[in-house]
Amino acid sequence: MKEKIIVINNETGIHARPAGLIVKEAQKYKCDIFLVKNESQYNCKSIMNILSLGGKKGDELLIRAIGEDAEAAVEALSRLLEGNLDA
Amino acid sequence: MFRGIGASPGVAIGKALVYKEEEIKIDGLPVKDINSELNALEKALTATKNQLQAIKTVTEKRLGADKAAIFEAHIMILEDPEMLSQVKDKLSSEGVSAAFALKSVVDSFVSIFDAMGDAYLKERAADIKDVGGRLLKNLLGLPIVDLSTLEEEVILVAHDLTPSDTATMNLDKVLGFITNIGGRTSHTAIMARTLEIPAIVGIGGITELVKAGDIIVLDGSNGEGYINPDSVTLEAFENKARDYREQREKLLALKDSVTITKDNRRVELACNIGTPKDVKGVLENGGEGVGLYRTEFLYMNRSSMPSEEEQFEAYREVLEKLEGKPVIIRTLDIGGDKELPYLSLPKEMNPFLGYRAIRICLDQPEIFKTQLRALLRASIYGNLKIMYPMISSVEEVRAANKILAEVKAELDAAKIPYSSDIEVGIMIEIPSAAVIGDMLIKEVDFFSIGTNDLIQYSTAVDRINEKISHLYEPFHPAVLRLIKLVIDHAHNGGKWVGMCGEMAGDTKLIPVLLGLGLDEFSMSAGAVLPARELIRGLSYQQLKKLAEGTLLLPTAEEIKKYVQENMTRSMA
Repeated sequence: MKEKIIVINNETGIHARPAGLIVKEAQKYKCDIFLVKNESQYNCKSIMNILSLGGKKGDELLIRAIGEDAEAAVEALSRLLEGNLDA
Repeated sequence: MFRGIGASPGVAIGKALVYKEEEIKIDGLPVKDINSELNALEKALTATKNQLQAIKTVTEKRLGADKAAIFEAHIMILEDPEMLSQVKDKLSSEGVSAAFALKSVVDSFVSIFDAMGDAYLKERAADIKDVGGRLLKNLLGLPIVDLSTLEEEVILVAHDLTPSDTATMNLDKVLGFITNIGGRTSHTAIMARTLEIPAIVGIGGITELVKAGDIIVLDGSNGEGYINPDSVTLEAFENKARDYREQREKLLALKDSVTITKDNRRVELACNIGTPKDVKGVLENGGEGVGLYRTEFLYMNRSSMPSEEEQFEAYREVLEKLEGKPVIIRTLDIGGDKELPYLSLPKEMNPFLGYRAIRICLDQPEIFKTQLRALLRASIYGNLKIMYPMISSVEEVRAANKILAEVKAELDAAKIPYSSDIEVGIMIEIPSAAVIGDMLIKEVDFFSIGTNDLIQYSTAVDRINEKISHLYEPFHPAVLRLIKLVIDHAHNGGKWVGMCGEMAGDTKLIPVLLGLGLDEFSMSAGAVLPARELIRGLSYQQLKKLAEGTLLLPTAEEIKKYVQENMTRSMA
C-alpha cells in the first residue's frame, strides 16, 4: 500500500470534468486507488464516488493505492490533483 | 380541439411524438435465474453505450465537441464500477431482478447527489437519472425517445422543452411544438420563433390527451389545433398551410426592400438571435441587422465558462456573416430564469430582482472582462455595438464603461486591434432606468427597450407565473407611457432608440411604437417580413396622432380598441 497527502489546487474543485480526468487516469493502473476525506474512502475509478466526495479548492485529501503498480499510480494522481485540473 | 397560447406562427400537420418521463414501476419479487438476469444486464449495458456513443457523434457533428462532452460523462457514469458492483451485489444477494436492483441503486445515487448543497452537483443527479433511466428502458425493452436522432418528421408534444432539448434535437425532423406550460416569452416559445417552427404553448394537460402516433394539426398564429382531425378539418388546415406558404412567398419579395413608411419615415427591422446558427434566419428574412444577440447561450449547457477564444469565434462568425450590418451584442444576461450551474449561484427568493446580468458582471469583473476582450477583438470583423443588460442606475453604466476602457487599454498595450467606433448602449428594462433616461443617455450611444422585463417590473407581474399571465399586458397605459418617456429621452439627447422585446415584432403594436418615434425594431426573424409589409403601408404623420391618442386612454382594452379601429380605417 502506498499513501500520500495532497491539497486540491484548482479554483472550482472536483467538478464533472476534473472528476472525469481523475477516473481516466486511475483506470490506467491495475491497483485499487482511493481518495480519503474525513476517513471516508472514495474509489478513484468511479466517477460517482469522486463526484460525491465534493472536493473543493484547499481540501486536504489522502491518496491511497493498493496493488502492484501502487507507487506509479499515487505519483500520477498526485501530479494531476495538485496541478491545475481546469487547464 | 385544443387551445393554448400561439407562440410561433405557422401551420403544422404531422404525427405526434409524446416526449415525457414516466415513472417506471418494478416489483421486487425474487427471480429464478440470476445468471440470465446478469446476462440481460450486460446486453442492456452494451446497447446503452452504443446509443450514447451515437448521440455523442451526432452532437459533435452538429454542435461541436464541447457540447458533446456531456455524453462522454454519461458513458463514464454508465460504466461506473461502483454503481455496477452495487447492482450485481444486490441482484445476487437478494435474488431480485436486474431491473429492480438497477432502479434501487440508481435511485439511491440520485438521492445522494440531490441532497448535496452544491447546485452544480445537484444537477449531476439529473445526469445519473438520465443514464440510469436509459439503461433501465433498454433492460426492460421500453422505447426511448431521443430528440437528437429523430428519423421521422414529428410534432413534439411535451410538458415543456429545456434549453438542452432544443439544443440537441434534430431540427430537420421537428414540424411543430405543443406544450403543457409556458407563455409567449418562455424558452420554448422564443426558441420556436427563432427556429421558425410553429408552436402552441400553455395547453394544460396536452401530454395526457395526445397519444404517440396521433395526427396533430396546429396553427401557431391563433393557438388552435386538433388531435386526429376529421377530413373536413384536416383539409381546412392543409389549405391554411398552403395559404401560409403562399403568404410567405409573397412576403419574400420584400426581403431586400427598405423599411419605410408611405411618407418616408425610415426605420430599421433587426432580429433577435441566440447563436451564430440563427444568422441564417436573419439573412433569409431580410433582417437589417441583429438587434439583440443573447450571448448567454454560449454560457449555458456546459460545465465551465466559455473561454475568450470560444466567444471570439462566435462573435466573429456573426459579425462576418452580417457583412457590415449592425450587430448589437448584449453582454452576459444570466440569473433570473436562466441559471449557470457552474457559477454556483445560491437560490434566491426573488431571482428576477436579484443577482443577475450586469450585477454579476460588475461583481465578478474577470467574467465580464473576458467577454469584453472577445467582443473588442471580434469588432474588426463587422459593425459591432455593445449593450449592457439590466441597467438601473448611472453608476452601473459608468462602472461598466470603466471596465470596458480598462480592457481597451490592455488591448492597446498588447497591440491587439479593435474597431475605433463601437457604439455602446444599454437595455432599458427597469422602470428606474426609464425614468432617468435623460441622465443615462449622456453616458451611452443608444437605448434598446427590453419590454419583456419592463412590463414585468413596471406592473409587478411575474411573466412566468401562469396564474397571473392575464395581467401581463403590453397595452397597459403605464407601459406605453414609459416607452414614450424613453424614446423622448433618447431623441432629446440626440441618440437613437430601439426595442428588442416581444412587443417590437407584434403587428398590433408596431403602429403605436412607430408613432411614438421608435427607430429600430428587433424581433424574431420570422416577424420581419410581415412587419415590413405593414410599415410600408402606413403614414408616420397619421401614426403620430394615433400614438398621442393612445396616451390619453385609461385602460389597455380601450387602447386596443382605439388602435384597431384607427388601423382598420386608415387601411380602408
